[in-house]
Amino acid sequence: MSRLYGTRGWILLGAFAFILFVAFPVLSLKVSEQSALHLSQYWVTLVGKIMCYAIVAIAMDLIWGYCGILSLGHGLFFALGGYAMGMYLMRQIGREGQYQSDLPDFMVFLNWKEYPWHWWNTEHFWYCALLVVAVPALLALVFGFFAFRSRVKGVYFSIITQALTFAAMLAFFRNAMGFGGNNGFTDFKRILGLPITTPGTRMLLFAATGFVLIATLLLARWIVTSKFGRVLTAIRDAETRVAFCGYDTVSYKLAIFVLSAVICGVAGALYVPQVGIINPSEMSPANSIEIAIWVAVGGRGTLAGAILGAGIVNFGKSFFTQAFPEYWLYALGLLFILVTLFLPRGVMGLLQRSAR
Amino acid sequence: MTLTAVAPGESSTLGRIASGELDTTHGAVLYLEEISVSFDGFKALNSLSLSIDVGELRCVIGPNGAGKTTMMDVITGKTRPDAGSAFFGQTIDLTKLTEAEIAHAGIGRKFQKPTIFERHSVFENLELAMKADKRVWRTLFSTLSSPQRDSIAETLRLIRLGDAADREAGLLSHGQKQWLEIGMLLMQEPKLLLLDEPVAGMSDDETERTAELFLSLAGKHSLVVVEHDMAFIEKIARKVTVLHEGSVLAEGPMAQVQNDPKVIEVYLGR
Repeated sequence: MSRLYGTRGWILLGAFAFILFVAFPVLSLKVSEQSALHLSQYWVTLVGKIMCYAIVAIAMDLIWGYCGILSLGHGLFFALGGYAMGMYLMRQIGREGQYQSDLPDFMVFLNWKEYPWHWWNTEHFWYCALLVVAVPALLALVFGFFAFRSRVKGVYFSIITQALTFAAMLAFFRNAMGFGGNNGFTDFKRILGLPITTPGTRMLLFAATGFVLIATLLLARWIVTSKFGRVLTAIRDAETRVAFCGYDTVSYKLAIFVLSAVICGVAGALYVPQVGIINPSEMSPANSIEIAIWVAVGGRGTLAGAILGAGIVNFGKSFFTQAFPEYWLYALGLLFILVTLFLPRGVMGLLQRSAR
Repeated sequence: MTLTAVAPGESSTLGRIASGELDTTHGAVLYLEEISVSFDGFKALNSLSLSIDVGELRCVIGPNGAGKTTMMDVITGKTRPDAGSAFFGQTIDLTKLTEAEIAHAGIGRKFQKPTIFERHSVFENLELAMKADKRVWRTLFSTLSSPQRDSIAETLRLIRLGDAADREAGLLSHGQKQWLEIGMLLMQEPKLLLLDEPVAGMSDDETERTAELFLSLAGKHSLVVVEHDMAFIEKIARKVTVLHEGSVLAEGPMAQVQNDPKVIEVYLGR
């Protein structure tokens, strides 16, 4: 326990858990809608969504902040987890679609008569949950193995991961892939037999996301405080020396890349039932770059900063896109420049400095 | 969690290195034979042959561009030779192993510029270098045993950084960084140490102490020291190898080498 956080850290974490698991459910479900204290569905969905982003930000911080590998393809792993969950949700629609068919609407529209092979077994939750973890893991393992073994580093690694997510986006846009083309999956009705839009189910999804967020933070913290974590930072600072100390740096980089991809996949799976849609735009290169911005804003190599950064940027985004929709991208760009120039250690660096 | 790293003395393997003792039955720890390396037509090493005996302290000198650093790159797996063979003991073919495997087999290297983990504490630098099972899973669950703590403490004393154990390594003076890197090498319990300009940037006092340290290490370990500082070489040298244009120009006791007309012409005489 004390290896992970000091007393202050655990108190903050406890307060955070209290807000998520007590304050939110009570204010949203128990307090009447007329009351000023009532939390609307809008807030539950928004915060739930941002917590998914925060999980992704932790994954990004693990690999970028601690191991110095800037992956600009993490949006792909997130989307793959989302698609795996989406397949299950599509199967749960049953015959309630537009065409009242056993097949999802988009397949009826394409005149398909049966599920393609890769939809095998997707009516089972456990199988899709397995895909959520296995697909990002396998892709990261194969891609990372070749990239790290060939000693692809720095900006070159960032560029090929961008290319990877871009290529995947183009592939998923094609109807023939069997993932609903540019519309993706939407109009979900149920999850595990529960109607997906009721406040109760939404709160369950919200709580599950909060739980995974806290668990991910603690897992990541445990990793970075282990000797394995110290090897990761050593790789970031002096990779050659690490190799000459007798560590096989390729397996270390591969391990953290795969773990990071799996965390993104889980976040994507929690995201899709809450926002109710997954489509190939989640794989656009800009999305992956935004993940890096969250971490940079919060402060690299701090974990808590990643959560903070994801929160700040995304609340900002949701405010800006409503108040001044056309200026959001300028605001994001300006924020990134300001942080890079004046806060190289992000908001966490600022907090730590003022704490002293 | 009681999983600990491999205890000192217990053999550990990495990849395809066979466990067990290094086979040095013929008295030599390192054999280089007819090694050639060229970069874009420039012959950095030109059929270089060299052998280092067990427990020997060998000094390698030579003008800039003589191939000293390239030789170290070949021994540690950073550069592959175009021709020739490099053996560690009787059986380990260095040209077929990765850097990490070579480090595991028992060759430690100190770079010209001190290369330490600047953001880690001095203690953590030694911990990371320490001989242990260095595979991912074992490292994730590794905890320090008390003999391991003792061995780190002992090295801290040896390199005179006992008071600086918790200091961030990046904050050390240049000389202290050099010492820390030497300490990291010792933690690996190597059979052969390669030291590239170990006293560069050290004060006279520090240089003096480094010479003492190296002399005390010889016998237990084999050392190859590349240096420009002739005063330092004179202090520690037993057998000296002079490299010139990628091959051995002369070899022998310091006094003999110093009086060799070929050596005087290319190096010492200038």
